[in-house]
Amino acid sequence: MSEPNNEPVVSQTGDGPAPPWAMLAELTHGCPLHCPYCSNPVGLIPRSRELETADWVRVFEEAAALGVIHAHLSGGEPLLRPDLREITEAAARNGVYTQLVTSGVGLDADRLAELVGAGLHSVQLSVQDSTAAASDLIAGTRSFAAKERAAALVREAGLPLGLNVVLHRRNLDSIEGIVELAATWGAERVELANTQFYGWALRNRRALLPTREQLARAKESVERLRERVEGVELIWVVPDYFDGVPKPCMGGWGAISLTVGPDGSVLPCPAAYDLPLEFPNVRDHSLEWIWRRSTAFEAYRGTEWMSGPCSGCPRREVDFGGCRCQAFALTGDASRTDPACGLSPDHHLITELVESAGDGELVYRRPERRGGLQLRR
Amino acid sequence: MTAPEELGATAQATDWRPRLGSGIILRHDAVRHADLLVMPERIVLLEGGAVAVLRLCDGERTVAEIVERLRADFPGAPVADDVTEFLDRVRTEGWVR
Repeated sequence: MSEPNNEPVVSQTGDGPAPPWAMLAELTHGCPLHCPYCSNPVGLIPRSRELETADWVRVFEEAAALGVIHAHLSGGEPLLRPDLREITEAAARNGVYTQLVTSGVGLDADRLAELVGAGLHSVQLSVQDSTAAASDLIAGTRSFAAKERAAALVREAGLPLGLNVVLHRRNLDSIEGIVELAATWGAERVELANTQFYGWALRNRRALLPTREQLARAKESVERLRERVEGVELIWVVPDYFDGVPKPCMGGWGAISLTVGPDGSVLPCPAAYDLPLEFPNVRDHSLEWIWRRSTAFEAYRGTEWMSGPCSGCPRREVDFGGCRCQAFALTGDASRTDPACGLSPDHHLITELVESAGDGELVYRRPERRGGLQLRR
Repeated sequence: MTAPEELGATAQATDWRPRLGSGIILRHDAVRHADLLVMPERIVLLEGGAVAVLRLCDGERTVAEIVERLRADFPGAPVADDVTEFLDRVRTEGWVR
């Protein structure tokens, strides 16, 4: 009997890049929550520029033909799309595995039944903290009760439920409570995702960055909880500002997955909106052309583009030079080594940021108000 | 995580009728010419006889019936021990129940 291989081998089939395994479908940037850690771009794509139902149906046909196995139906809040059933159906009909990534706001029994009927496979629910008061405070709106109801409905429907909790200075000390909540709600998995600083979250970096002591305590808690809590898989998404080790972003640029934005622009990574590249659009090109031929996907594929410490580094095929979006955000040059790397000549930028962090005001994401509404904790 | 020896005892018991875990899909991938087990956040590339065993995990057949069927389909292969051990392992992963 052969081994099931848990690490999909990305094999070359003929010329060009291996096919993508996963697609993040950002169906809308609209969202009922106002999280200060939001990693979507500061300039959101307005509802009026969103793709039509027929566009998404075609995108899923093309994605399946290209080799996409997993689709994350995300946003913003994907439930804001009245045609979510048709979109889910198009994915499922083409054999693509679908996970709804939702705040839970708007997921009632009828809506879930409609999506399950359309072939939805699983749900990932965001929670902001372990209690209603703390979760609602970060979300900037009352939403915890809706999340709790949504979790119960998903479990009643027999779908696998995962929770996603973005971690930062205000909730890192609540890890135990968060994991207990996940167990109570019947989640199979909790993604404990330390904040990634992109888009809106950059505005709140100082107030969201944790202390080293907080992080160390949280890591210990996770280890203890892994021993103690059965049936809940804990995924710890490392904070790359602290260890001098860059994250292998997206498993390499244009290597494993792609993101389709609300307006049809296609990016190798959901944080790439601000990069000085021209991102191709599904309204103009096939997904296959975009994946295999477009300049944007070729830009940082492989290791040829590397310079500085990366090009000669034995880890260049392990972490791919870290994150292009972070290199750009911090240095203005997307082809430099990610400053999160201890070997980067720009690493001092990261250490200075970590040292300057402190308790401060959070700027909530309220797109209807210019500059955001500032609330004190 | 339960100890493997305990699981071994269970898989050999003939009343277990394995089936895929909820939200777990077995599918062929025509692009990569591969058989995959697909679940939230994970894709498992199946090699060798794994797919033949998992296809029979329909919640109806017992382990003994699965072994019997595979013996008929693959004469001469050391099916009994391998299949039992494989099913224990994939149950530990939570992929069959």
